[in-house]
Amino acid sequence: MTSADQNGYDGGQALVRALENEGIEYLFGLSGGAALPIFDALVSTRNKMKFVLVRHEQGGSHMADGYARVTGKPAVVLVTSGPGATNTLTGIMTAHMDSVPMLVVTGQQVTGMLGKDAFQEADIFGITMPIVKHSYLVKDTASIPRIVREAYHIATTGRPGPVLIDVPKDVSQAPIGNGARQPMDIPGYQVPEEGDREAIVQAAAALNAARRPVILAGHGALIAKAADSVRRLAERLQAPVTTTLLGKGAFPETHPLALGMLGMHGTAYANKAMVECDLVISIGSRFDDRIIGQPHRFCRNAVVIHVDIDPGECGKMIKPDHFIHGDARLVAEELIKHVTRLDTDAWLARLNRYKSKYPLKYRKQGGLKMQHVIDELYRLTEGKAIVSTDVGQHQMWAAQFYKTDFPENWLSSGGAGTMGYGFPAAIGAQFGRPDDPVLAIVGDGGFQMTLCELATACVHKLPIKVIVLNNHYLGMVRQWQELFYDERESGVDLEGNPDFAKLAEAYGAKGYTLRRPGDVRRILTAALEYNDGPCVINAEVEKTDNVFPMIPAGSALEDMIVEPPTEKLAKPTGST
Amino acid sequence: MENGSIHTLSALVANKPGVLARIAQVFARRGFNIESLVVSPSKDGDYSRMTIGASGSEQGLAQIIAQVNKLVDVLHCYDHTFDNAVVRELALIKVAVGPEERTEALQIAQHFGCKTEDLTQESMIVMATGATEKIDALIKMLRKFSIVEMVRTGKVVMVRGEAST
Repeated sequence: MTSADQNGYDGGQALVRALENEGIEYLFGLSGGAALPIFDALVSTRNKMKFVLVRHEQGGSHMADGYARVTGKPAVVLVTSGPGATNTLTGIMTAHMDSVPMLVVTGQQVTGMLGKDAFQEADIFGITMPIVKHSYLVKDTASIPRIVREAYHIATTGRPGPVLIDVPKDVSQAPIGNGARQPMDIPGYQVPEEGDREAIVQAAAALNAARRPVILAGHGALIAKAADSVRRLAERLQAPVTTTLLGKGAFPETHPLALGMLGMHGTAYANKAMVECDLVISIGSRFDDRIIGQPHRFCRNAVVIHVDIDPGECGKMIKPDHFIHGDARLVAEELIKHVTRLDTDAWLARLNRYKSKYPLKYRKQGGLKMQHVIDELYRLTEGKAIVSTDVGQHQMWAAQFYKTDFPENWLSSGGAGTMGYGFPAAIGAQFGRPDDPVLAIVGDGGFQMTLCELATACVHKLPIKVIVLNNHYLGMVRQWQELFYDERESGVDLEGNPDFAKLAEAYGAKGYTLRRPGDVRRILTAALEYNDGPCVINAEVEKTDNVFPMIPAGSALEDMIVEPPTEKLAKPTGST
Repeated sequence: MENGSIHTLSALVANKPGVLARIAQVFARRGFNIESLVVSPSKDGDYSRMTIGASGSEQGLAQIIAQVNKLVDVLHCYDHTFDNAVVRELALIKVAVGPEERTEALQIAQHFGCKTEDLTQESMIVMATGATEKIDALIKMLRKFSIVEMVRTGKVVMVRGEAST
């Protein structure tokens, strides 16, 4: 087989060109045999895209995710067939759960070998079906430009998500021929925009009749770039706003109307607001089980308005009184025109009393607290850093104590709860926003799942601050075992952790160790001022602290535990 | 599934590899069983028509239909269970009947408007078309003989009048 024919490109070159035409800036990945023509095309075509070689494909997929969350633009994950492709699964699933746009290009065995258990052949098209927005197995070289255009369009519009393009090697190295420009052919894909006007007017009437309204802003509000609209709607109504874990940044958390995050480890006042409100309007949230507790007891005395671009979310968890199918920003803008200022003084005063009575707090005395480190990071960075978290106790405390005032500054694996996400996502974020400070707040468990990307961060001299909140435990699971399983610890002791500061130094990164509360400010200040590359701060924190408030899984928001319990708790009925 | 009658769904989908698998996964992931399935070309060769018989809770099926409609390759998916529609299926039933039972078997087949597609000394194949209830009734009658094999196409549906399927 020849590479390009005289008049044009081969498939790999056509693919690279098509990606560049869509405005792709970064490809994160790892090479391999079946992807050789594509990797060669990165060199043989004159393109401005940058390829970042990762150390494990999972990291590459989280980098593309992190890049997308802070820029609103997708990046490409480029890997080879078989294990190269399957290693991206966790990242694809994470992006799918959190509606993050991503293009995943996988090399594949030659078409004649498909289904024959050939070397490094995996049916990645089949394997990824439930975790992608759409996918392609390319069988015709000439279709590559069309498929890339379709994939980009599908990944970035409506409710975004990952799209996979599996390219057999014979397809990527065959000539594209005349390169006929095939038009997009996706008649089954329609993107709604402006919401149904009638539904908006009715919802506005319900809002105007409310006395104790709450605005619930989710990730969809950020994706639609609706933060400003949400703020103006809230100010117009004088309605308090709570955000989901992924909605952090959709409304400034330091705003007087802000209630912070709601849900399982949300603020007591946000959860109390949900229990006592007479109307809730969700803008771009899917009523995830982490925030509603028991569906039939959630906001049961309230009118529910649900704004979502995905009609599949209507009634999935909560049956709304009003469903507005449309883009969060356009719908919020339209609502603003139809609503009036409400008399919410008494309601806001009541919520303010809850804020005084149940503040988020921690003690600086005694051992080093994760909350203390996070709180100090918040102060030292003036709340302006991009924060990427891993999953677990540190994630919840970061959500509570690192107030997010700006859109696209908060990255966390919400739906999937992917340990190992935080650090590589921070790398992707730093590539996307090179001039902004990036903090990776991670636990010792999750960090060890993807810390090989320290090499990637060092090679590119990314000044990411990795704060390892190290309690030598899988802390959230340990917390559950303490509270609900009579303190029977099982599979949670991370004995054998490395010295993270020394490990960082081994990679060529800067390492710090933080042990005493009195050293927090000094060491964090030094780390924040170090910008010659990544640094790792190993913070040896209290081993057995617990996150509160807490709503046990499957319980209603009324059943929130605000303080450490003094009596034995029943096992939760919900999962994790 | 324990509850709910069988619903008849119709989907118009792109005629591309993997469409059937994508739709089947929407059902399987939620633990729903597909009772019958017919996939065939639509009037336009670029699209296929699927008629799916499925049972389960109303709410679960509504969610499945919403999720199927989200698939990029699906143009639309409707539930026609309660619509004014023509719903038909075809069945081939092989019955072991010798010469002494043959007359009675043929009478039953004739009563249900069936055709006899194959006849041997010891067996016959009866072809029945019609509504599911009619075919169920035929099978009940033929059970007095020995039914050796049975193949049913599953329902196909088309909405009556000007409304689209």
